[in-house]
Amino acid sequence: MKRTFSIGGIHPNDSKLSREAHIEIFPVLDVAYISMAQHLGAPAEPVVQKGDKVRVGQVIGKPTGFISAFVHSSVSGTVKAVEPKGDLAGNPVMHVVIDVEGDEWCEEIDRSKDIVREIPFSSEEILEKIKNAGVVGLGGAAFPTHVKLNPPKDKKAEYLIINGTECEPYITSDDRIMRERPDEIVIGAAIMMKALKADKCYIGIEENKPEAIASMKEAASPYPGIKVAVLKKKYPQGGEKQLIDALIGRKVPSLALPIEVGAVVQNVGTSLAVYEAVQKNKPLIDNVITVTGSCVPHQRNFLVRVGTPFSKMLDAIGGLPKDAAKFISGGPMMGKAVANMDASTLKATSAFLLLTEAETKRKEETNCIRCGKCIDACPMGLEPYLLNKLSRIGGMHDELEKEKIQDCIECGCCLYSCPAHIPLLDIIRVSKAEVMNIMRNRSAKQ
Amino acid sequence: MARLLVSGAPHLHVKENTQSLMRDVLIALAPSLLVSIYFFGFSAIKLVLVGVISCVLVEYLIQKFILKTKVTINDLSAAVTGCLLALNLPPSSPWWLVFIGAIVAIGIVKMTFGGLGQNIFNPALVGRVFLLISFPTLMTDWTIPESWFRTGVDAFTGATPLALTKEGLAAGLTLPEIFAANEFTFKEMLFVKIGGSVGEVSALALILGFVYLLIRRVIKPHIPLIIVGTIAVMTGIFNLINPDIYTGPLFNIFTGGVLLGAIFMATDYVTSPMSIKGMVIYSIGIGVITVLIRYFGAYPEGISFAILIMNTTVPLLNKYCKPRRYAKEVKNG
Amino acid sequence: MSTTIIFTVVSLVALGLLFSVVLYIVAQKFKVEEDPRIDIIESLLPGANCGGCGLAGCRAFAEEVVNAPSLGSLSCPVGGDAVMENVAAALGQEAVKIEPRVAVIKCHGTVDNRARINHFDGYASCKVMASLYSGDTGCRYGCLGKGDCVEACKFDAIRIDERRGIVEVDEEKCVACGACVRACPKSIIELRPKGPKNRRVYVSCSSKDKGAIARKACSVSCIGCGRCAKVCAFDAITIENNLAYIDPSKCKLCRKCVDECPTKAIWAVNFPIKVPLTPKQEKPVIKTDNREEKR
Repeated sequence: MKRTFSIGGIHPNDSKLSREAHIEIFPVLDVAYISMAQHLGAPAEPVVQKGDKVRVGQVIGKPTGFISAFVHSSVSGTVKAVEPKGDLAGNPVMHVVIDVEGDEWCEEIDRSKDIVREIPFSSEEILEKIKNAGVVGLGGAAFPTHVKLNPPKDKKAEYLIINGTECEPYITSDDRIMRERPDEIVIGAAIMMKALKADKCYIGIEENKPEAIASMKEAASPYPGIKVAVLKKKYPQGGEKQLIDALIGRKVPSLALPIEVGAVVQNVGTSLAVYEAVQKNKPLIDNVITVTGSCVPHQRNFLVRVGTPFSKMLDAIGGLPKDAAKFISGGPMMGKAVANMDASTLKATSAFLLLTEAETKRKEETNCIRCGKCIDACPMGLEPYLLNKLSRIGGMHDELEKEKIQDCIECGCCLYSCPAHIPLLDIIRVSKAEVMNIMRNRSAKQ
Repeated sequence: MARLLVSGAPHLHVKENTQSLMRDVLIALAPSLLVSIYFFGFSAIKLVLVGVISCVLVEYLIQKFILKTKVTINDLSAAVTGCLLALNLPPSSPWWLVFIGAIVAIGIVKMTFGGLGQNIFNPALVGRVFLLISFPTLMTDWTIPESWFRTGVDAFTGATPLALTKEGLAAGLTLPEIFAANEFTFKEMLFVKIGGSVGEVSALALILGFVYLLIRRVIKPHIPLIIVGTIAVMTGIFNLINPDIYTGPLFNIFTGGVLLGAIFMATDYVTSPMSIKGMVIYSIGIGVITVLIRYFGAYPEGISFAILIMNTTVPLLNKYCKPRRYAKEVKNG
Repeated sequence: MSTTIIFTVVSLVALGLLFSVVLYIVAQKFKVEEDPRIDIIESLLPGANCGGCGLAGCRAFAEEVVNAPSLGSLSCPVGGDAVMENVAAALGQEAVKIEPRVAVIKCHGTVDNRARINHFDGYASCKVMASLYSGDTGCRYGCLGKGDCVEACKFDAIRIDERRGIVEVDEEKCVACGACVRACPKSIIELRPKGPKNRRVYVSCSSKDKGAIARKACSVSCIGCGRCAKVCAFDAITIENNLAYIDPSKCKLCRKCVDECPTKAIWAVNFPIKVPLTPKQEKPVIKTDNREEKR
């Protein structure tokens, strides 16, 4: 029987328009803008200066805290500037701007296509290699992978869970890499199992990707610990907490990490990046990005170097389509609307989605009719209508905390399913940040 | 370049809206409406039209001239209220009765609480109960008006089976005697021959509407099924104890407004609980109160009162019956 | 029949007596001793419960005043000196005078001055908007125009100018309670002294961007050039993070800086119009908008 998570969830049309588009290599442009804040946690600190020569794979930013990651140059050339530039939301972030000259790679990177199966490294060596390669979670949050693979000593990771669900509509980058590079993903999983000393691994894939399921099953067959699990199609299956519930039937406690129930979740893209980092010494400098949308004439999946400006990627598909009304980095459920076209791609950018006004424009809000559809949809078992009501009164932070607003995973199911078009998540997201802040201050005082 | 839109995620939205949900309820009521038009002819059409038009009109006038807010009659919620109100009245009701009911339902029950989504009681039901208390004779006059299609009232007893049993019991008769005297058979109740208000004539048509609402996912099956189940179990037990005084499950389910109430009135979004746990308590309450009123109360029919009584518990049920949370315990620190 | 009525009347009266006795006992037992002056002080306060004093409401303020040894910094911004004098008299204390203040919006990025580059489609709240991105213009410091301050204002003293896309303060209604200051996620509202005859000079911009960036985003931005600071004879103007600030305690309202400012980001309000300012600017238009001016 196909498994799925037990509470809530929605079934939006999956719209995988670009699923048959092969991964194309996106050309290297003349200037790269590489952000120092490509991961969750403290931004990296630039270690190059204006005028420095850099090669592909060279470190240009070093981590500044425990939760932070290296940033590498994705191009070769001369550093033109180290300065703040707007990210996709228009807020300034330190960038290293590099004028591209040729395509010269660091020598230690193995650029051959040969698949290396042997894993001659110890757990510590693997973690060190992953850390040095600047690998971060490619599922969306961009959490530094070496931190996640190094749980506290008193916690044991029983399961490694590889997330190949790609439950967001439209995005197909994970689907394509599972179809085109399954062996590397499986070896990446084996490497992470070794790092975690976990002996069981599930690769969860939703049923709407039969080709990926077939190719991954074949690739995983030599590895007895790795199993491909077919999941029902339901959003947000790719949420860590939902995926753990679906695959091993455990529920992560409030505000805890998955390791609390003996699981570590990694995305298939991360698995591929881990393979390249450990077996090929290749840092995370490129990733597959889907460019899609009903108004886009040609659906594409590109392998893009980190630091490519959004506007240049749009040029490659023939400019902004005429009826595009919203440009989204990521999927339609959790992606961010882009306000600044001059921003550039990050390690964890998974898709560019163009939606038309008819598809995306918010409708006018009407009265709540207490239909309870938001409650049915919420995968965390919360009551979005109530959180919205309490938030709008203002100053109800204690009540919101009692109603577990801090458990919200911001998946967007409530806003998606509300027939009264109430902007539930818009309001809940802000209140959640306020409540989390209050909780942090309180625990800091104790 | 045109200015692009920016907003928080999610960027997609269901097609469904309040209007489409209400439209589905109207569609689900259509079979019952057709059956009643077949039996009651012009009077059924007249009552429903007056009900819908007066409810929409009252809402429009109040929003436009008294509250001076945005007019929201397009969401069809007033039309649903009007339709349900008309279906809950005897077929021989005069048009002005419906109009008074509409003023009470929309003007007092809905708009004074703040309009759609804010009212505590089901507007159509309060309208009906108001009329029942204010005009008891008119509201229990089950004579069949002249029909376009059928003259003659061959299929109808003129009074509801519930009223007949209540009177019979009061006169000291036993149930088998009453049943024999009035020729009740369950086949008649299931299909067509239930005497009663406009919407109650055919159980089958109501069930058809229920199935439509389930398919369209407008309502969840819990409330109607638990109400009917509770009534069946409770009347079953009483019936076993003394079949001479207490009517049985089938009789109770297929007579009076149980199906209409359970399917269309008790499931009203605004006045029913939002979590499954709340729904269960609410529905059991309705079932129990209905049976108690039918067996021991002064009125032959109790579902309207039962729903209204349980409506009052909904805010509490919403407060204390939480949905199943994902994360059970809170990690300290 | 009559026995029924008598029985009913007697039993109801008995019940009534019983309950009144119970209520009396309970009320006595759980009586909370309160300083009667709290009620007196509360009745002297405006009763808007705006929280402008920094406390939860007028009742809370009254309690605080009664329990405090002296009035000190406690003051009701809404009632002003008149109310505080009454309060002080009721308590037999000396009133502390507070200079009357008014909220000023330190942004004039109207649609004409500051081009919109995208369209916000979410819940119309500055707080929500600011949490998502830098805003719908090139300036990430300025007014978002969704009116969180309008919602916060209990005195109807701020309104959104729909056409121009920013908010403006009605200085007659503003009581300087500070609710808008707390509500604004961009911190562009400041409470400044009203000034003699309501005349004041201030920088109507909050942009900390470098000159070129600020200028590109908005034509009336402060570009931090420092010309105002140079021309000021009273050292009232400081430039920090590319933004000028006029210290109201030092400013002598000479208005030299107003003429000096190349972007017309410095505002002088409620002065008699001597010569029309640069005709292109909107300021004269605002002045006629201003109710203060018409009198």
